[in-house]
Parts: sequence; structure tokens; C-alpha cells
Amino acid sequence: MGKITNEELLNSLNAKFEGLFTVVGEPFGLLTIDTTRDHIIDVLTFLKTDAALQFIYLTDITAIHYPEQEKQIGVIYHLHSLVNNVRIRIKVFLVDGDLHIPTATTIWNGANWMERETYDFFGVIFDGHPDLRRILNVDDMTAFPMRREFPLEDPNRVDKKDYFFGR
Amino acid sequence: MSDIQIVGAPAGVEGAGFFATSLDKAVGLARANSLWPLPFATSCCGIEFMATMASHYDLSRFGAERLSFSPRQADLLMVMGTIAKKMGPVLRQVYLQMAEPRWVMAVGACASSGGIFDTYSVLQGIDEIIPVDVYVPGCPPRPEAIIDGFMNIQELVKTESLRRRNTPEYQKLLASYGIQ
Amino acid sequence: MQNHPVFTDNDPQNELSTLNLGPTHPATHGVFQNVLQLDGERIVSGVSTIGYIHRAFEKIAEHRPFYQITPLTDRLNYCSSPINNMGWHMTVEKLLGIQTPKRVDYLRIIVMELARIADHIVCNGVLGVDTGAFTGFLYMMEYRESIYEIYEEVCGSRLTTNIGRIGGFERNFNTKAFDKLRKFLKDFPKTLKEFESLFNRNRIFIDRTKDVAAVTAEEALSYSWSGPLLRAAGIDYDVRAMNPYSSYDEFDFEVPVGSNGDVYNRFLVRNEEMWQSLRLIEQALAKLEKEPSDIFHADVPEFYLPPKEEVYNNMEALIYHFKIVMGEIATPVTEVYHSVEGANGELGFYLVNDGGRSPYRLHFRRPSFINYQMYAPMSRGMLLSDAIINMSSLNVIAGELDA
Repeated sequence: MGKITNEELLNSLNAKFEGLFTVVGEPFGLLTIDTTRDHIIDVLTFLKTDAALQFIYLTDITAIHYPEQEKQIGVIYHLHSLVNNVRIRIKVFLVDGDLHIPTATTIWNGANWMERETYDFFGVIFDGHPDLRRILNVDDMTAFPMRREFPLEDPNRVDKKDYFFGR
Repeated sequence: MSDIQIVGAPAGVEGAGFFATSLDKAVGLARANSLWPLPFATSCCGIEFMATMASHYDLSRFGAERLSFSPRQADLLMVMGTIAKKMGPVLRQVYLQMAEPRWVMAVGACASSGGIFDTYSVLQGIDEIIPVDVYVPGCPPRPEAIIDGFMNIQELVKTESLRRRNTPEYQKLLASYGIQ
Repeated sequence: MQNHPVFTDNDPQNELSTLNLGPTHPATHGVFQNVLQLDGERIVSGVSTIGYIHRAFEKIAEHRPFYQITPLTDRLNYCSSPINNMGWHMTVEKLLGIQTPKRVDYLRIIVMELARIADHIVCNGVLGVDTGAFTGFLYMMEYRESIYEIYEEVCGSRLTTNIGRIGGFERNFNTKAFDKLRKFLKDFPKTLKEFESLFNRNRIFIDRTKDVAAVTAEEALSYSWSGPLLRAAGIDYDVRAMNPYSSYDEFDFEVPVGSNGDVYNRFLVRNEEMWQSLRLIEQALAKLEKEPSDIFHADVPEFYLPPKEEVYNNMEALIYHFKIVMGEIATPVTEVYHSVEGANGELGFYLVNDGGRSPYRLHFRRPSFINYQMYAPMSRGMLLSDAIINMSSLNVIAGELDA
């Protein structure tokens, strides 16, 4: 795997943030932890700046929507430590009415567009983001398309006959 | 005798030092063999267009040597690739800036009808916003198919009447798209 | 039309001019827009707008079974679609715990390296065109046609290939494919050398590209750059070397690294990667000789469609065919992240599965999208012509930018 095992990584995290995060699992060898939005910036900063861990590379920020859960929208960070060749996945779940989370642009510049994309698709508001507006969809769109209830196809089409599509 | 083929002369009366034909045919011949395309390449079909313009398939044999990215100087708008709803107004503005006579070729399944992307963000065919003359199906169409579409455009150009753009039918067509 | 920030607040006397670069512009190789504020020839600030070809891949993927998502991945980075296809198949294989035989891995490496060469041909050729040199581009496009012919022998299609299936390939490579491949390996190095001789020590090209858009390694890492761009800045991060997939660890190749991240370095890194890809293909061909030549997929009847003769004659094959197509086969309820080295950088697939036929959530980590966000900050203070060359060297593919 890498020069640091998941167990050592977990020990380092526990040493600083004991009780502030939970371990979701290690699917396919990738340590996945779950924390809250109050601690996410501290966790990310620690992972980036710690001399032994050095998770200097932010691979991706995205989100996921589970409509039947209590905390419906989860923001998911993937980090990568190039020196130690180990990755980690951090999830933060938020309640739908209160989708605020502090921005990671203070830690990595690359989080800028990743967070804009997450806002565009899920409606997650990143507090402190310099320019949080839609990036891929049209600017005057009001809904957040990647949520589960948003339909895939354009509902305003008039030329599609349901009979031919088996509906 | 060289084996380079040149375009055949239209039907007309030939004599010593003169050739009489109708203006429509002469102008149509000139236009068809010197179309200046505007490659409105958005996605994968644009790469097949690059292959068509390269030396293997060579679209410039048909007179389309000079690509124009300025709509004011182009005859043929080749829309190649998916047009999203965000891009729709841009495409319409480019079309409006072209001077008559102008032709539109929709290359690929996405430009013709939305293609495999039946989603909220993709325009289901550019003929929702601009009138189209030739549709080239394929995903992406082979360069031979693009050339076939181009040859169909040439047929349309060659046989078009000089008055077509001023006829009430054409004005009605443009009005149905909201274009004056 | 589209609303973008208006620039009047830093220009009260209205002395600066605003230039709209795109979305339809020959310099932007794809549809994305940059509104630049210029002081003469120098860019004062810029705003990028993308999304002009947003096709909602991630939303479509939630409605399609795994094997129907492959044509979607084709259209991400359409200049090198086999890499996207293989990356997706490897993600699903990781999820399902399928181990592919060595021959499949070697064939995959051949196809992926051909795709990498094809993408770099376009990128470096078009970079040459943007500096005014059209000939190199035409010389190289001929070999892109040769690569298309090899793809045609394998999968039938030229550009959006839909190569391979979950577990391997749909058909064995025939002798014609190998003949064309060997011919390509014989002819292409000469042209690549000719291409390099046209540009590498060309005074005009060096003046246009040296020290243009230089990027330090820290800046590149903070913007999550990857691929040839990051390597040109000095960091040797290559997913093939760091997290090897598809038996890359058995192969002997070097990862070219530049020094100061300018456009000239990026050009050289891509050229050198093409040489390394040729080396990888030759090694793969040599290794293929030692493998039995009739294996082209893993033995996973639950996920790999059986051949049609068996479906019509054999009861089990019929049942498996039905189950695969109707999606009755249970898949693990978990999440997986797998990344491959795309032509532009780390192409990642984050797949969250809920046991059904389609993914619950599929997210593409697209290198062009992440690389491009640095363009507007980077072009501050640059001359306009340098900004164009910079955009060209970033190799932004619009399909991968917007997904």
C-alpha cells in the first residue's frame, strides 16, 4: 500500500481529534471517516500540515444526497498524501434546511471550483467562499439538479410521445 | 491530359467564345464550390471534423479550404456537437450574424436531436432555435458521412433559386423561429 | 445573456477594454468563455465561464446499468476515450472484486497508451497551430488516423470507442489489429522525431513558449493540478507509478518531469510521454507473446455477457444473459474510488453503489475541470498572446470540463 498504514493514520487522527470523528470503514483500503462541520476545517488543516502525514493534495470535493436519512446531504472530501502514498475520505453530513459548511479554499486554492460545482448540483453553501455561484448549469436555474427528486429529462418537452417510450 | 477533375459546366448553350446559361445555375455553381464553412465545433463531432479537414479526408477538395470563425464571412454554419441550453443563445446570435444566403448543417446526433443526452440541460436538436438544411446522423459521424452531408449542401446550393431568400415561404420559415 | 461580474469597480475612468474570448472562438479548443479585461495587450483580470456543454453525465449515470455507462465515459475526454472506458471498467471490477487475467491487462495497456499518444498528438499539434505552425499538426494527424484504424479493428469505432467490457474485451484482437499496431510502432517514431525537430530548437517556438505561464510546484499542488501539467512543474506524480493498475507495475517506464512548469516544459513533457508510451506498447507486445492467445476476458459469467451461440443453446448462459441485462445480479453495497492516469491528469471515478442495477451516485473527478480553474488567476498580468498559448497548453477538453 503506502508508507503509512491506515492504522497509523487513524492513531494520528485519534491523538488530536479523539471523539470528534467516527470511522465509517475502509472500503477497498481507503480509510473513510465521518466528522461534523464544526471540526472539518481543523481536520483538513491538520491532515495537510502535519509533518508525518502531509496530505497536501486535495483530490476532490463532491456531495451525495440520501433523501430518507435524517442528515440528507453529505459533503465528501478525498485527500491524497503523495509522499506517503495514502488516501483518505472524509464525509460531513448536513441537514437539508441548514446546508452550511466552512469553505476549504483557505487551505487549498483548488477547492474553489470543486465547491462551486457542489453548490451548483446540491445547494451546499460554503461559508467564506470568495465567489459561490453556479458553474455548470444556467445561471438562472433555481433547483439543484443532482438531488434525487430532480428529474433527469426536461419536463417541458412537447414532442416526446410516451407511447413510443413505453410509458 | 491531367486526371484532375474539374467541376462540370451547367446546362447551357456553347459557342465560339461564349457560353450562355441562366444566372441561377452559374451563381449556384460558383457558390457550391466555394462554400466557406464556420465550424461551430463543441464536442466529439468537432474532433471528427478535424480529421475531415486533415490530409486523409481533406474537405478542402470541395472548396471549403478557408474556414471562417467569423460569422460575417461564412456561408455554411456547421454545428458539430452537443448544444446545451446555455449555449443556445450563443448559437442563435452566431446564426443571426451570418449574411444571406446562409446554410446550416447539423452534424451528429446531438445537434440533430439531442443525441443520447435526453437531459434537462441539453437542447434536443438545434432545429428548436435555428432552421437546419442538412442533418448528418452519427455519433460521431465518420468523416465520409460529414463529406456526404457537405455534398448534399452543395446540391442544395447549386439548385437554389436566386430569389429564394426573399420569398414569403422563407420569410415565414424564419418568422416561425422568431427571426426577422 | 450570461451574467458575469462587471468590471467597472476597478476601472472608474473606463480606460481598460473588455474582450470576450469565446465560447465560440478558434483559440478555445472547446466551448468555454473567458471575459478578459485588457490594458492594451496586457490582461488585468479575467473571469472564466464554463458549462456550455454540460450534459449531466452524473445524473444520467444514476439511471443506467453499469455496462451502459461506458458510452457516457467515452464522451468525457473524447480525444482519448479508451482511457476513460478502461478506467470505468476497472472501477466496476474493483467494486465487484473481479480479477482480470494478465493478457487482458496487457491489451488494456496497449489500448490506453495508444489513446494517450492520440491525445498528445492533438494537444501538441494544436499548440503548434496556435503559434502559427500548421505543418507539424498535419504530419501528426496522419498517425492519429492510424490509431483510429487500430481502434476500428478492435471495437469498430474511431473516436468514441466504447472499448472493452466489465472483465475484459468484447472480442479478441485479430491479427490485422496486431499488424496495424506493429506498422504504427515502426512508422510513428520517425514522424515524432520529425515533429520534435520542427519545434524543440525552433527559435520562434522557443520565444513563444519559454518562460510563458511558469508555475511553481507549490502553486500547482494547491490548485490540485495533475498529469503533464503538474509533472512539468516538477512533481513526479503519475497514477500509473504511484497506484499501479492493470499490471503497470510489471512494466519499465519513466515519468518525465519538467522544471519550471512553463508552456515549453509542458510541450516537452508531453512529447517525452509519447516516447514512453511507445516503449510501454512494445513491452506489452513482447509480454503478450508469452500469454495464451485466446483469453480476452475474465471468467465472470455473472457480469460478462456470454456469446450468443451459447445463449441460444445453453440454459445457464441464457439465464446469465437474462440476469445481466435485466440487472438481477446483486452487487456489493459500498463505495469505491478508483483513478487512472488520463491524458490530462488523474481521472477518478467515485462510485457509490446501492446494490441495484445502476449506481446510486457516480462522480467523475475530471482533470480538465480542476486544471482549468487556475487559468483566470494565472493569466493576470500576461500578454494576450501568451494567454492563448497557455490555454492551448492546458489541453482543456470541453467534454471533460463540463461533463
